[in-house]
Amino acid sequence: MSINANIPEGPMADKWTNHKMNSKLINPANKRKFNIIVVGSGLAGASAAATLSELGYKVKCFCYQDSPRRAHSIAAQGGINAAKNYQNDGDSVQRLFYDTVKGGDFRSREANVRRLAEVSVNIIDQATAQGVPFAREYGGLLANRSFGGAQVSRTFYARGQTGQQLLIGAYQALEKEIQKGGVEMYTRTEMLDLVVVDGHAKGIVVRDMRTGKVSSYAADTVLLATGGYGNVFYLSTNAMGCNASAAVKAWKRGAYFANPCYTQIHPTCIPVSGEYQSKLTLMSESLRNDGRIWAPKSPDDAAAIRAGKKQASDIPEEDRDYYLERKYPAFGNLAPRDISSRAAKEACDEGRGVAKTGLGVYLDFRDAIDRLGEDAIRARYGNLFQMYEKIAGENPYKQPMMIYPAVHYTMGGLWVDYNLMSNLPGLHVLGEANFSDHGANRLGASALMQGLADGYFVIPTTVANYLATQKPGSVTTDHPEFAKVEKEVTDTIDKLMNVRGTRSVDYFHREMGLLTWDVCGMDRRKEGLEEGIAKIKELRAAFWDDVRIPGAANGINMELEKAMRVADFLEFAELLYIDALNREESCGGHFRGEYQFTSESPEVIAGKTQAGEALRDDENFCYVAAWEFTGVGEEPTLHKEELEYEDIKLAIRSYA
Amino acid sequence: MSTLNLTLKIWRQAGPEAEGKIETRKAQNIPIEASFLEMLDIVNQQIIETGGDPIHFDHDCREGICGMCSLTINGVPHSKEVGTTTCQVHMRKFNDGDTIFIEPFRANAFPVLKDLVTDRTAFDRIIASGGYIDVRTGSAPDANSVPIPKEQADWAFDAATCIGCGACVASCKNSSAMLFVSAKAAHLNSLPQGQPEKDKRVLSMVRQMDAEGFGNCTNQYECEAACPKLISADNIAKLNRDFAIASVKEAVAMV
Ligand SMILES: Cc1cc2nc3c(=O)[nH]c(=O)nc-3n(C[C@H](O)[C@H](O)[C@H](O)COP(=O)(O)OP(=O)(O)OC[C@H]3O[C@@H](n4cnc5c(N)ncnc54)[C@H](O)[C@@H]3O)c2cc1C
Ligand code: SF4
Ligand code: FES
Repeated sequence: MSINANIPEGPMADKWTNHKMNSKLINPANKRKFNIIVVGSGLAGASAAATLSELGYKVKCFCYQDSPRRAHSIAAQGGINAAKNYQNDGDSVQRLFYDTVKGGDFRSREANVRRLAEVSVNIIDQATAQGVPFAREYGGLLANRSFGGAQVSRTFYARGQTGQQLLIGAYQALEKEIQKGGVEMYTRTEMLDLVVVDGHAKGIVVRDMRTGKVSSYAADTVLLATGGYGNVFYLSTNAMGCNASAAVKAWKRGAYFANPCYTQIHPTCIPVSGEYQSKLTLMSESLRNDGRIWAPKSPDDAAAIRAGKKQASDIPEEDRDYYLERKYPAFGNLAPRDISSRAAKEACDEGRGVAKTGLGVYLDFRDAIDRLGEDAIRARYGNLFQMYEKIAGENPYKQPMMIYPAVHYTMGGLWVDYNLMSNLPGLHVLGEANFSDHGANRLGASALMQGLADGYFVIPTTVANYLATQKPGSVTTDHPEFAKVEKEVTDTIDKLMNVRGTRSVDYFHREMGLLTWDVCGMDRRKEGLEEGIAKIKELRAAFWDDVRIPGAANGINMELEKAMRVADFLEFAELLYIDALNREESCGGHFRGEYQFTSESPEVIAGKTQAGEALRDDENFCYVAAWEFTGVGEEPTLHKEELEYEDIKLAIRSYA
Repeated sequence: MSTLNLTLKIWRQAGPEAEGKIETRKAQNIPIEASFLEMLDIVNQQIIETGGDPIHFDHDCREGICGMCSLTINGVPHSKEVGTTTCQVHMRKFNDGDTIFIEPFRANAFPVLKDLVTDRTAFDRIIASGGYIDVRTGSAPDANSVPIPKEQADWAFDAATCIGCGACVASCKNSSAMLFVSAKAAHLNSLPQGQPEKDKRVLSMVRQMDAEGFGNCTNQYECEAACPKLISADNIAKLNRDFAIASVKEAVAMV
């Protein structure tokens, strides 16, 4: 299969305009004849389903929760970027484009990012018109805040619930279209496989999670907007149900999986407290607008804090190390996520961690409270402070928060071209599930932007380029391929139910998570990854040999649901390690311990960067790694999309 | 690490048609730092180990925002803690030796699917009936073209924080959905963008609510106390006024 990104001709700034002009149009009468399946109802899926239905297409939308409003996008806290320049602080489409490419450590596709920056402004208009209650200033105009990796204020927000408000806007648009008859919604319905007919994605096989019934749906094209794969680490800030199954199934049916090793560790999460823990909670990056991150300078002070003999307030100013402000004076506490996370790990590795486990640093609001008063801080972050207090049992207005990095977002995903279409024709991928816009590291407040850009503004134009080549309704579920895939799905379910082993699904999920964090977390190395590949094969074999799934396959069975997701993760984890092993450089969220600047590096001596920073290898790795499935446990085939930078000059990514 | 030993009295029901009953179980060595749902996870692991069928309950974000978790804890939806969802309740709020009753959100419009899992799709149908602003993608004016006074925006926001969990219904002896419906009406009706469809929205949503089998509101305001997002019952009074006005307009054929 070919790997052609289909980037439009012309100067960077004109590509999207030109592409829209040159894209195929489908007349309104014909649109009604085309069926589109949208899997996922998060920001990307809901916005796409609603907009495609408005255009006249017939849409079927699926989600595993009981309502589309509960998709994981709901949990996004901090905000959404847009190049509105309402603050008149020098922002522009070009600057957002540049910041995003640089933030992604020069590993994203320029043309896609440029388009993202362009449509960002329309998203804010659209959401506001839907009634999304963005924060406002006293004059009645929209307010902004700053996020990491930017020196302008371009983040729009709705208290600490931006994702919730944007998703409810998209959800309401979706429900409106359901009411008008353009969308059929299937809730508590999980996609278990993709059906490919004559080399084109033409349908899905699903399981009704209430009854256990397995059935098929056919369409002219299939859109996956199924979110990220962060739960391969078991503990992450993702919702419990987030999974990679739809993407893994598509991969196994021929869609390439791109850059799985680009995973994002978020610097400010509530630290792990015990083995029973089921998930980690994010403390929004927006807190870094007012909070200062520090660890004690001396390991002795840190040990005293861990032993409960000292408190944060006992450490005098001169004994505190505000390490981000020290190392990255230009960005300070707003240094990007990958860099801030590694810096926290470094402090803890030096024995300066303050949580009981040794894995935690402070996020301190003392100075902001002194400057602005407790009420002002409450107005900005009240719900986050409350959430912290509930989980940690400590009052963050009095004592600094304790935070530590945790898995949060996945930049990798299914490979797509400029039209958001996979190499597998007919399959389109949107939102966190695709790989396209964030390179090796995503900047804060850019995922919501990308999900909504894809759903509201990109796919409604680009899907026509594929559909125009297809005869509507040419494939139905009568095609024998559907029965075949359905049988494969029910066989897998039977096989799982019949293992009747001794260990629970959670046991395997936790083991996989620990292993993944160990070998493919914040510091990856060759030996570890090789060991990980061997161990994950063993764990996968043990799973199929010894997993215990109680109950029956008909009716609600949440252990079975989890087991199917974990089975897919166990195959995916191997690909993740292989990609991390292949990429012999450090970039963004992918940090290979062997590849970092040292005090001897000429760039460090010249003052361009610092020892310990990620060392990219543009000569050999300035490409997208798109992996083709060749069999479970088999070495996948690597396809390279070379990245060419026309507009932005490749440079050392410096925030000093 | 301190731990708790508890007795759970849990509603078990094999399926929608099956008869349910309260089952008694011990929950032992529960760390006080665990969340309420993590306590159930621990119990479920023990059930699985001993060959039983784990307790089914809905949950997803475990951060108090998706509205998926439910559970009536000791008779109160989301527990007696104020402004808290079940997933945010932590075991440090309980004492060693406590007996805890755990039941589903009960209402005729929320049938039980299994154990503690209920069907709350009636809420989606209420939103579909009119809980939106009809704006075609791409047709929106510049976001700053209509300034909205901060106070008004904040009021809309307070109503918009509803997570659609259904605790208001479960807490109401009439199983009324008025708090949920009034929150959505208040969010959209108080914004300039929401004005054109205001009357239609109010009429359709209230009628859909009735059609779904939710009961009448008799102004007891148990809902407000149970709501994890502290949605104000003032919204109900406002909805009643708006509904009355819209009905009159409809009667004289203005809607
Ligand atoms: C705690 C947290 C805070 C965040 N804060 C921010 C922020 O402030 N700003 C920002 O820009 N980004 C933020 N992010 C990232 C952002 O929220 C996500 O990347 C984004 O919302 C993903 O949207 P999505 O539509 O791609 O997928 P999701 O919202 O994850 O939706 C996935 C959908 O797919 C469905 N689905 C999945 N698999 C299947 C299947 N097999 N069958 C059927 N349906 C399926 C699900 O039901 C769901 O509807 C945050 C993320 C987290 C975890
Ligand atoms: S009004 Fe409150 S209790 Fe009712 S659904 Fe909304 S958040 Fe839940
Ligand atoms: S699980 Fe999402 S609100 Fe409780």
